[in-house]
This record gives sequence, C-alpha cells and structure tokens, in this order.
Amino acid sequence: MNAVLIAEIVILGFVFHALLISAAAMVWVERKVAAWLQQRLGPILVGPAGLLQPFADIIKLIFKEELRPAAADKWLFYLAPAISATCSFAAFAVVPFGGETTFMGLLDRPVKLQVADVNVAVLVIFAIASMSVYGIVLAGWASNSKYSLLGALRSSAQMISYELSYGMALASVLVMANSLSLTDIVNAQEGAWLGVLPRWFVVLNPVGFLIFFTAGIAETNRAPFDFPEAEQELVAGYHTEYSSMSFALFFQAEYVNMVTVSAVATDLFLGGWHTPLIPAAIGWFGFLLKISFLLFFYVWMRWTLPRYRYDQLMAFGWKVLLPVSVLNLLFVSAWVLYFGF
Amino acid sequence: MPEIRTETMTVNMGPQHPSTHGVLRLVLELDGETVRSASPTIGFLHTGIEKTAEQKKWVQVIPLVERMDYLSAQSNSMAYCLSVEKLLGVELPQRVQDIRVLIAELQRINSHLVWLGTHGMEVGAVSVMLYCFRERELLLNINEMLAGFRLFPSYMRVGGLREDLPRGFHEAVRSFADRLTGKLVEYEDLLTKNEIYLKRTQHVGIISAADAVAFGLVGPIARAAGVDYDVRKAFPYLGYDTYDFAVQTQTRGDVYSRYLTRVGEMKESLKIVRQALDRIAPHGIYAVDDPRITPPPKDKVYTEMEALIQHFLIYSQGFSVPAGEAYVPVEGPRGEQGFTVISDGTNRPWRVKSRSPSLLACQALERMIVGNQIADVIAVIGSIDVVMGDVDR
Repeated sequence: MNAVLIAEIVILGFVFHALLISAAAMVWVERKVAAWLQQRLGPILVGPAGLLQPFADIIKLIFKEELRPAAADKWLFYLAPAISATCSFAAFAVVPFGGETTFMGLLDRPVKLQVADVNVAVLVIFAIASMSVYGIVLAGWASNSKYSLLGALRSSAQMISYELSYGMALASVLVMANSLSLTDIVNAQEGAWLGVLPRWFVVLNPVGFLIFFTAGIAETNRAPFDFPEAEQELVAGYHTEYSSMSFALFFQAEYVNMVTVSAVATDLFLGGWHTPLIPAAIGWFGFLLKISFLLFFYVWMRWTLPRYRYDQLMAFGWKVLLPVSVLNLLFVSAWVLYFGF
Repeated sequence: MPEIRTETMTVNMGPQHPSTHGVLRLVLELDGETVRSASPTIGFLHTGIEKTAEQKKWVQVIPLVERMDYLSAQSNSMAYCLSVEKLLGVELPQRVQDIRVLIAELQRINSHLVWLGTHGMEVGAVSVMLYCFRERELLLNINEMLAGFRLFPSYMRVGGLREDLPRGFHEAVRSFADRLTGKLVEYEDLLTKNEIYLKRTQHVGIISAADAVAFGLVGPIARAAGVDYDVRKAFPYLGYDTYDFAVQTQTRGDVYSRYLTRVGEMKESLKIVRQALDRIAPHGIYAVDDPRITPPPKDKVYTEMEALIQHFLIYSQGFSVPAGEAYVPVEGPRGEQGFTVISDGTNRPWRVKSRSPSLLACQALERMIVGNQIADVIAVIGSIDVVMGDVDR
C-alpha cells in the first residue's frame, strides 16, 4: 500500500467526518445566528457557548423511541431517510476543496483534495441531486399521512421545476470553462484582473450565479422556499411521521445538502480555492471562508424573509427563472463563441 | 381516452395544529392544494365562563371575563364594568375615565403586537414574532407595575379602579410609547413593502364590505373591507370624542388590508396614549365616591367603625345592582365587544352574555378561504385574529 493510496483514504475519511461535523456545526450556527437576529441568547448551557448543543440533540434523538405509523409501508418508510442521507453525502464526493498538494513533501506525487476526481463531476452532482427527490417522495408516500403526502408532492414538483434552471446555470459555466470537471472549472478561474478583481465566474456571469444560488435554495428546501416542511401549514411536511434517528437522518441530509450546494457554488462561481491575498498552499482556507459566507447567507435569509406560496414558487420557477436562465445561457454561449473567454 | 378521475381530499386541520390559534378545528376539502370547502368547528376550549359568572358576586366576575379573550383582558373587564356601572347609574370621575382610555389603548397595542407577531410567523417571517413580543414584554411589565399581574391584571373595578397609579407609571408608559414609535417603523420595513409578503397577503382572504356587514364582522376586519365603523367614534364612551385620532380604513378587504389597518391602529393608539397621559395627574381619585361599591381606604378601616362595617359589607356580601339590563359596547382590539348584563336586584348577576367579535369572525372564515390555497388558510386564520377563549365561553 503506497503513501498516495493512504492519503486518499485519509481524505475520504476526512470528507465524510467533516460533513458530519459540518451538519452539527450548522445546527449550532443556525440556532445561534437565529438567536442573534432575534435578540435571544440561543444555546448557552451545553458546553462553552452552547457548542455541544447539536451533540446533545443527537443523543436525545438516539434515545427516542422509533415510532412507525401502523398504516405505513414498513420497508419504504425506513428506506426513505436512508436515500436522503446517502444522496446528500454522495454528492460531495466529486467536489474538490483544494488544489493539488503533497502534504508538505510527505507524498512522492501530489494528490487532489477531493474524494474522486471524476471528469464528468458536474453531471454526477446533478444526477445525485435528482436522486434525493426519491427520499422525500417515498417518505411522504410511505408515511400514509395526508400532511406528509402533500409535503412530498410539493417537494417533488418544486425540485423538478428548479432542477431545470439549476442545470441551465450550470451549463453556462460549462460553456465558459469548456470542461465538465470541477477541478478544471476551478482552475479556469485562477488569477485576477489588474491584480485585484478575481477572475471568478461570478464576475463574468453574475446572472448565472444568482440563478444557481436561488435554484440551490429551492433544491435544498430552505426558506423562503421551504414548502415541503412549511410547519405552519403542513405541520412538518414529509417528515411529519418520523421520529428518532430516521428523523435525524432527514435533518442531517438537509444541512449536508446546504453544505454541498454551497461548496458546488463556490467551485463553479467563486473561484474554489483560488482567492486573492490567500496563498495557494492554504487555498482550502479561502474555500472554507466562501462556503461559510454562503451558509451564513442561507441562515440569514431563513430568519428574515416570509415564505412564498407554493403556486407562486412554481410560477416563479417556470415563468421567471427558467426563461432568464435560458437567455443567460444563450448570451454566455454567444459571448464565448464570438469573443472567446 | 378514459376520463381522468379526480377526487378531493379531506384534511382535518386542528385542533392540535400549530397555527390554528389555539384549538380551532377546520375540516378542509382540498382539490390539490386549493380549498373547496371549509367548515370551522368550535367548542374545544369551552370554559363555561358565562354560566360561572351567574354564581359569582358582581366584582368576582371581573377576573372571569378577563380570561375570555385572553389577549385583551382589560378591554373585557372594562366593557363589563361599564355595563354594570350603567345599571348602577354611577357617574365616573374624569381621571378614572382617562386612565381607562389609556389602559384600553395599551391593551389594544398589546393585542395587535401579539397578532402581528403570530401573523408574521405564520407567513414564514419568524423573527417578526420575537421582535413584537419584545415590545409586548414592556407592556406586560407596565401591567405588572399596575396590578402585580401581567396577563390578567384585574385592575378595573365597578366604579373605578382597584388602586391609584403606581409611582413611575407615567415614565414607563411614555418610554414605551417612544420606543414603539421607532420599532413600528422597523416592523414595517420588514413587511409592508416586502415583495414576498405582498404576494402572500394581497388578494388573499377577501371579504367585501357588504359581506362583512352581513356576517356582523366588526373591528379591523370590517374596517379593512371599507366599513367605517368604530365604536369609539360611533358611540363615544369614556370621553373618546375628546381625543384626536383617526379611524383606520382600507378598501380591499384582503389580508394585507387587515395588516395595514392594524398597524395604523397601533399608531393611532399611541397618539391616544400620549394625549391621555397628558391629562392624567400622577395621583388623584381612582374610584367613585360611593360607599355602596367602593371600599374605604385601609387606614380608615383600622380607625373608624363606619368604615370597618362598610369594608365588611363590600367584602362579604358585596353590593346589589338594581334590576334591569344594560349593554355598553366598547371598541376592543378585535372590534365591538360588550356584555349584556342582566340583574334581578341581588348581589349576583342573573345573566352575563358576551358579544364576542371572534365568534362572528369564525363564521365568516369559510367565505374568506374557499378558493384559496392551503397556505392561504393559515394566513387568513391569522389575519382575522380569533381568540378561541372568546369564541367558546
């Protein structure tokens, strides 16, 4: 077993656990930021500054009784959270979070900071994101509850509608970078104009970024597009009937999805690990900063904005976002074709 | 091609639903997400307060009626006291009238703040709720200052008030009024022109002025539909005709109009609060000088025989009210409310009947939500501001 293989296994373990921890951290950040926005204290009792609160939550959930409605479809009922959680983790496998490194000379050849360097990474992410709809639909169906079913129906319609715009925004980046590999896309954004303005795609293609991020929020079912679990209307949407760890899996999937979408957005539009003023050796730090900013934005928005209505969301997706994203793709393609990039 | 068969789905919303304002139950017939019919079911919070009141002495009814519409406790007790005072033929001192106006307006702001908070939360703007409750906390502190009790102060008495205003009352109310003036601007910044909020509330839950009158709707719901009816202007009581304020009306009768009406009412209430505060002396008479109904001061009870007897009579058998029937409407936070009080000449009421705006609003609910989306149901229930304690009593 050579050093490179060990390094790759270490990276795999690191990514998996980092995602688990990031979900826990996001729970804490969400509660803390919400508390600050609402002039509350948030968690303060469990650990320093309430940092251990997510772990207390998890321990509580583990010890809860696993309840299943008598009328539920047993196999699908337990399969659904597994699908959701698996998809949320799997998507991150192809997301690079740093440049090539030899770990300060430990390795004889550099490895990439990602689990799998797939040359069609963008398609993989897309495919897995589509798969995660199944988790929600099955959860709603298998629960045999009206509120769950309504939540699942909303969610599938929403995700399918927004995937189109999501794809169009992605395509506009593909045209610019001329590659499907996320590493190539990130490397195409290296450098800066006049030494200050970074050559990020967000600068060249701001509309694409906005569409991608908006659709990303809808994909992850976050406010103001959090209809599937609009608690005021549908109690808890598709996971109304879930308890204990199967609920925790949905909960975790939501936060991991947020991290993944932010990471993909960073790679596609915000230059990945290329950040002015941050040396390439610690490029992952810049990457982390950008993800943190996007995640904070998610939380900030959730606690500020009211929620759209379901039909308004669909109208917005099909009548505004999709035409704009198609026009944006045409414009970017024409630009690349005639002026080059 | 075979015809596609569609079925409507019956969903039971409530009574244990997070946003049906307590225990309102709605049986909704849904076609997809569109509501085809809705039938509200009430009675899950029945407290029997009206019946209990018949067993109590006149003064003991005050804390009971405060618990009916628990968000506007002092409006209830004020309406009850006004009716009883009418039967007794008592003329209130000017200072008592002004203090009652002040308290009623603070109660209106209190209720509207709770409404704004919960309504904001129900359309998804959760933070608005905590901001509103932060300001409401100050009002509860003022209640605590007045009477030692935050939600149900029972500060009103037949013939006046329980005791004189506490020290520091004027400063507390004035600083609250100054603070809320600024904070209202902040709430409006969050909602009034928010694109998502407009989409959620405009053209939703519409009721026309004619329907509002036909259903007997009053208060902000009717005024939002364009019915210019405010008891404070139409049948002035407690000298409301001497205050400078405007009745808030809108024309469209949708959820957004009700929001604008209530926010406008909070601003007008602040105006009345400031005017009343200027009229009220920090110390002075706080009840009518009538030995039948007003207990004597404590120091006299300890030193004078007549005062001791008077104290004993009032606190044991209470006072009797001449036989008759009276109804004095007041403008509560939810609109015209009042108590039909019937006396048979004894020391206990023969009947206390509440006219509650929430019950009528519940009846009009179906008219407002049929044809809307399920998400609108929540926005509409929130916008009519029903208090189930007031519906089932």
